[in-house]
Amino acid sequence: MGLLQPEPGLLIWMTLAFAVVFILLAKFGFPVIQKSVDRRREYIDSSLAAAGEAQKKLDDLQVQMDEVRRDAEKQKTEILRSAVQTREQLIAEARRKAGEEGEKIIAAAKASAQLESDAIIRDARHQVALLSIAISERLLRERLSSDPQSQTALAERLLAEMDPEKKAPEDKPEKE
Amino acid sequence: MTYRTAMALLTAVLLALPLRAAAADTAGSAAAGEEVDVKAIVLEHLSDSYWWHIGTFGGRDVSLYLPVIVRSSAERGGWYCFSSRHLADGASWEGFSIAAEGKYEGKIVETLPDGSTVRPFDLSVTKTVAALLLNSVIVLLVILVPAGWYRRHRYDVKAHPKGFTAFMEMAIEGLQDDLIKPCVGENWKRFSPYLLTVFFFILVCNLMSLIPFFPGGVNVTGNIAVTFVLALASFLVINIFGGRAYWKDIFWPDVPAWLKVPVPFMPVIEFIGIFTKPFALMIRLFANMVGGHAAILCLVCVVFVTAGMGAVMNASMTVVSVLFTIFMNCVEVLVAFLQAYVFTMLSGVFIGLAQEGKTEKKVEKLKK
Repeated sequence: MGLLQPEPGLLIWMTLAFAVVFILLAKFGFPVIQKSVDRRREYIDSSLAAAGEAQKKLDDLQVQMDEVRRDAEKQKTEILRSAVQTREQLIAEARRKAGEEGEKIIAAAKASAQLESDAIIRDARHQVALLSIAISERLLRERLSSDPQSQTALAERLLAEMDPEKKAPEDKPEKE
Repeated sequence: MTYRTAMALLTAVLLALPLRAAAADTAGSAAAGEEVDVKAIVLEHLSDSYWWHIGTFGGRDVSLYLPVIVRSSAERGGWYCFSSRHLADGASWEGFSIAAEGKYEGKIVETLPDGSTVRPFDLSVTKTVAALLLNSVIVLLVILVPAGWYRRHRYDVKAHPKGFTAFMEMAIEGLQDDLIKPCVGENWKRFSPYLLTVFFFILVCNLMSLIPFFPGGVNVTGNIAVTFVLALASFLVINIFGGRAYWKDIFWPDVPAWLKVPVPFMPVIEFIGIFTKPFALMIRLFANMVGGHAAILCLVCVVFVTAGMGAVMNASMTVVSVLFTIFMNCVEVLVAFLQAYVFTMLSGVFIGLAQEGKTEKKVEKLKK
């Protein structure tokens, strides 16, 4: 059957056509496309890698930032705590100093008050003594003017009363 | 909804056409009694011719007359080149004519002075050759136009193609990743241009042959010479680039010694296998394309065969014929792709098998 017999002319034409098509495509067709696609693929791969790198860097930076922030936070609390401490210390110091000063002042005031009161008492005693002397002088003068005997007795008794150390008998004669 | 309306409309038109034709027939046409020779129609389509019949318009045949290039086998010798117009209708030109019958039916023969006929060396641009050249140009355009885009953008890594170029890139990359890489194996880059060329060449020829009017419709891949050259190319690629292990497997395969020592059964079988593989490639593509075209033509011919059987029969058979032809055409589009795919895949697998020894050797070297 004619269909199954290859025509020599057609064989030659087909060989020629196919060879030309193959050579042209293998030289200017597929390698050009393939190279371009490969280059693009490479570019995309490298871009992806770069993006991944950048992402990683960003993450690292975030971690670093967090660390710095945490550090700062810690420092802040530290500072605040030390400030509170210092304040309390200062206050305590001031309080202590104030207390000391006050005590000192109070002590001084007490001492001076004691002195004053002593002086006042002394003065008062002195006055009382003077007054009592004056009074007793007057009394004595009045009593003594009437009865000389009783005057002596009285003087003695008074002397005895006044001198608790029983110097009266010795003094008596002197005063007498 | 629109689909149903369209289908109903199509059926109605198809039913109405033969009724009119039948009416015209009964009016007294000359062609009324003519029998339709389906075999002749199919064979005429499948075989080659010296002109490209475009169509019959108003009773006049319009053909593209192609150049005839022959070398005389007679004593006079020499090349003759003329238009096939001079050979139309059985005419003779410079001693050449188209044989009407006999061994060289439909081919150019040279009439010797003593009246006998011989076949000259025929390098004519026949219909198949013309379609082949046209398809080659289309293949070149389909690949080189996108390649041109890449050439223009070769310094621009960020550029990406659109439209047809993008489609071709997708197709080429898809074929490489899903077909060539797994089939050929490690050395796929080396054979990728050849396999891609084969794929697109066969695909374009197959699809062009399915277009029923002028620039298409020529069954190029349904011609044994075309598939023979394609298979021969694969045969050469397989065997020229075959490794040592490949040849060792053919002449000294891993089988019990008695199968190869006194009588070399296995080596002979393996050696025949070298040729049967490309032979199967050749026959598969050829038979698929011839079969598909023959089926479509037969289905179309149903319309004309039933023309003489009455209007009702003809009308119903026309509907059946057109629906089946549409179905067959869809199947043929699938087959067109499938055969290109299968041819490429099997070529790739055979090339990969012949390559295998090389990679093993490399692996061994790496192990050492």
